[in-house]
Amino acid sequence: MCTTCGCGNTDEVIIAKPGKLAGLVTEINITAHEGHEHFHEHPHPHVHERNIIDVEQDILHENQLLAERNRGYFLAKNIFAINLVSSPGSGKTSLLEKTLADLKDHISFYVIEGDQQTMNDANRIDALGIPVVQINTGKACHLDSDMVNRAVMELKPSENAVLMIENVGNLVCPAAFDLGENARVVIVSTTEGDDKPIKYPDMFAGSDVCIINKIDLLPYVQFDVEKAKDYARRVNPNIEFFEVSAITGEGMAQWYEWLEQKIKNK
Amino acid sequence: MGIVDIAEKEAKKNGIKEIKTINLEIGTLSGVEIDALNFAWPMAVAGSVLENAEKRINIIEARAKCLDCGTEFKLENLFDACPECGSYFKEIIQGKEMRVKSLEY
Repeated sequence: MCTTCGCGNTDEVIIAKPGKLAGLVTEINITAHEGHEHFHEHPHPHVHERNIIDVEQDILHENQLLAERNRGYFLAKNIFAINLVSSPGSGKTSLLEKTLADLKDHISFYVIEGDQQTMNDANRIDALGIPVVQINTGKACHLDSDMVNRAVMELKPSENAVLMIENVGNLVCPAAFDLGENARVVIVSTTEGDDKPIKYPDMFAGSDVCIINKIDLLPYVQFDVEKAKDYARRVNPNIEFFEVSAITGEGMAQWYEWLEQKIKNK
Repeated sequence: MGIVDIAEKEAKKNGIKEIKTINLEIGTLSGVEIDALNFAWPMAVAGSVLENAEKRINIIEARAKCLDCGTEFKLENLFDACPECGSYFKEIIQGKEMRVKSLEY
């Protein structure tokens, strides 16, 4: 269908690109009309000045393509990849350290650390003897699938491994960028507001698991666990919760159980 | 910016030097802040095929279908409940779009 003059011409080229979110890329070049016949009358001088390219492409199309490539790589190597997201200071790295220290004897872990600056987090993971690559995003506020792709090539994780990707601390932008992970885990801590799930709904909508960290501090803070869960379920009724303290170890067993179950069933 | 990359790529493929109009589709729950997009636009398009292009944005209102009772409703926030039965189980039908629809040259 000619979208410029509506004359119903079907001189169009359709190029279908792969990728889950990549709609059809259709090119309609009206200049190809030269010489075709118009039997209908136009009330205006018929000058083909405007040409249209129907792009129909998602703005994050490139990220999505590469995310699917990462996912394919993980599938081929039987790797289970987790994208850990949260606001800064929720205890992502502490939770990761505790998880690695407790499970590293029987799970082969690899870690990608994302921060704007410094090697601090990678150094903490390296101290546990776990292979780690740090991504410093510079100005960027999130990891994207290209950064993860490059980090994975650097890290060269072995088959059957678990890849933990610690995203940049930010509850907004990382929500929009699929990295190719198998599961997304959002961490919220009791020193934050219990209304985080509805203040930053996109992040909770896109996550499979919500870990509520720092529960050892509950006697001293205003955080209402049930309220936070209720808010998160309004955004995402299927989200699973774990209440933990990465410092005392309380509640970590249930989180480990989920992880081991996922690895077994992947 | 992804939009500029897409326009540059399409322009190159079609041998075009300048885009006259770019048509975008942005959903109300896509996370795109239209004011922020407008603010960043001149900096992002400077020196590209979009530099002098008119930007037309078709804003798509978010709608959902309740998975419990089937009611279709307008979604203001991701956490809105079904106005009929109060359920939070819903499928978003539209409103997450962030798409370059077409380029005119």
